Amino acid sequence: MLAVVGTIPVEDFPLVSGEVRLENDTLSLEGRSLPVNRGTPALLAATIAAGRVLGNPPPFAYLVGDIGRGKGSRRLYEYLTKHLSKEVFRVVTFHYLLPDVDWHNRVLFAVEEMKSKPVLIADAGFMYAAKMSGQAGAYDLFTPDAGEMAFLADEEAPHPFYTRGFILHEENRVPELITRSYEHDNAARCLLVKGKRDYIANREGILATVDEPLVEALEPVGGTGDTVTGIVSALVASGMGVEEAALLAARVNRLAGLYANPTPATQVIGLIRHIPRAMAELLKGS
Amino acid sequence: MFKFLKRSKPKRLSGTKNRDKGILVFESTSEVIRAENVLKSNGWRIRVMGPPPEIRTGCDLVIEFPLIEELNVLRVLEESGVAPLRAVPVHSALLEPVNLFQTKDFGEYLMIRAANMKLTVHKETMKIVNVSGGGCPDVPFLAQEMVGKLFSDAPSPRTIGHTLCGYALQLSYEEMRRQCSR
Repeated sequence: MLAVVGTIPVEDFPLVSGEVRLENDTLSLEGRSLPVNRGTPALLAATIAAGRVLGNPPPFAYLVGDIGRGKGSRRLYEYLTKHLSKEVFRVVTFHYLLPDVDWHNRVLFAVEEMKSKPVLIADAGFMYAAKMSGQAGAYDLFTPDAGEMAFLADEEAPHPFYTRGFILHEENRVPELITRSYEHDNAARCLLVKGKRDYIANREGILATVDEPLVEALEPVGGTGDTVTGIVSALVASGMGVEEAALLAARVNRLAGLYANPTPATQVIGLIRHIPRAMAELLKGS
Repeated sequence: MFKFLKRSKPKRLSGTKNRDKGILVFESTSEVIRAENVLKSNGWRIRVMGPPPEIRTGCDLVIEFPLIEELNVLRVLEESGVAPLRAVPVHSALLEPVNLFQTKDFGEYLMIRAANMKLTVHKETMKIVNVSGGGCPDVPFLAQEMVGKLFSDAPSPRTIGHTLCGYALQLSYEEMRRQCSR
């Protein structure tokens, strides 16, 4: 089973855990309804949409309300340190939490206590904390965008906001940034770098790139990175290897984006609706 | 049980200490004391300490704080009348916030990115149509509060954001205002 850890942008949303379902563009968990905008709800909706084609069970989610003050994130970190070690998950995907190195490390120690090691995927704030902690190598997959790739490559930067100018990315420098991130042990075992061209890489180098279809209007659409992370999480949970799943996820997300026929004003749910069709077509063709 | 963490534990303890902390530099010691009281009364875990050599521009005491929450911390201090001279990362105090912007023209729409945060508006109406990038939990909240509103009516990230991602979005917001007022 896949577990997803993240936040909801509602300050008083309580800490909840359980199976998540998607009906009529709305998530439901423990009797609560969640709209699918961007962030962790977009990741969950994408993973459910992809998982339907793959025959996956609904994902299990640990969610809490946090609008950036960090109180919710810290409650969730604490909850995970107490409960995660008793659980059995094939994959755990960590997403939007306030980056906090101390709490990150405590959660990672709780993961160590699990009976079998899950595949660990990190994106967004939890990926920032993983890099800052010096424990990036404990993860199987990071899914940065090109700006976040520059942050991973900058061994000094504590956050993308402080990425140094000489490193700050231009898309055509992504391979160089990948190499630098591995040189400083700031990358997961595998990277899926999301951008105009997607890169799948590991310490040995670039394994694959995906640059078609190219839909320029997707770049401003908030949540398209969350959907890639959701799709790859579903694929790994179905039993696929991380590198193969990363490549297929990049292709599915692009094809779903094409089918959404987006403008820069499109919202991410417009893409998520097309994930099952894109996934089915690419699985059939492979 | 797997051993991947135990092997790398010494590196974590020695090489990453305080990497998520920042330093607030003030004009005088009395401001440090006032700021300390303000921050502690708002629930932050902070500590007063001596400054690293490279930032000895203010008084000889600084406040260590959670760097990710810089935007929220600075707003609270400004509201209390004790704004610091500078806020810098502990780990590398000479690092500067990103100051490079990328502008992309989509015809009807304009997108501006600062660091990891992108803001997109419809040029004719100045309606905010998307917020993307970022990884801190105020980003989905900022998107929720800003998208669909006119630029002039939407709250600025500085007023409702809390983190460095919110700060980066503020820079995109200011650059958008600068470019669209020309």
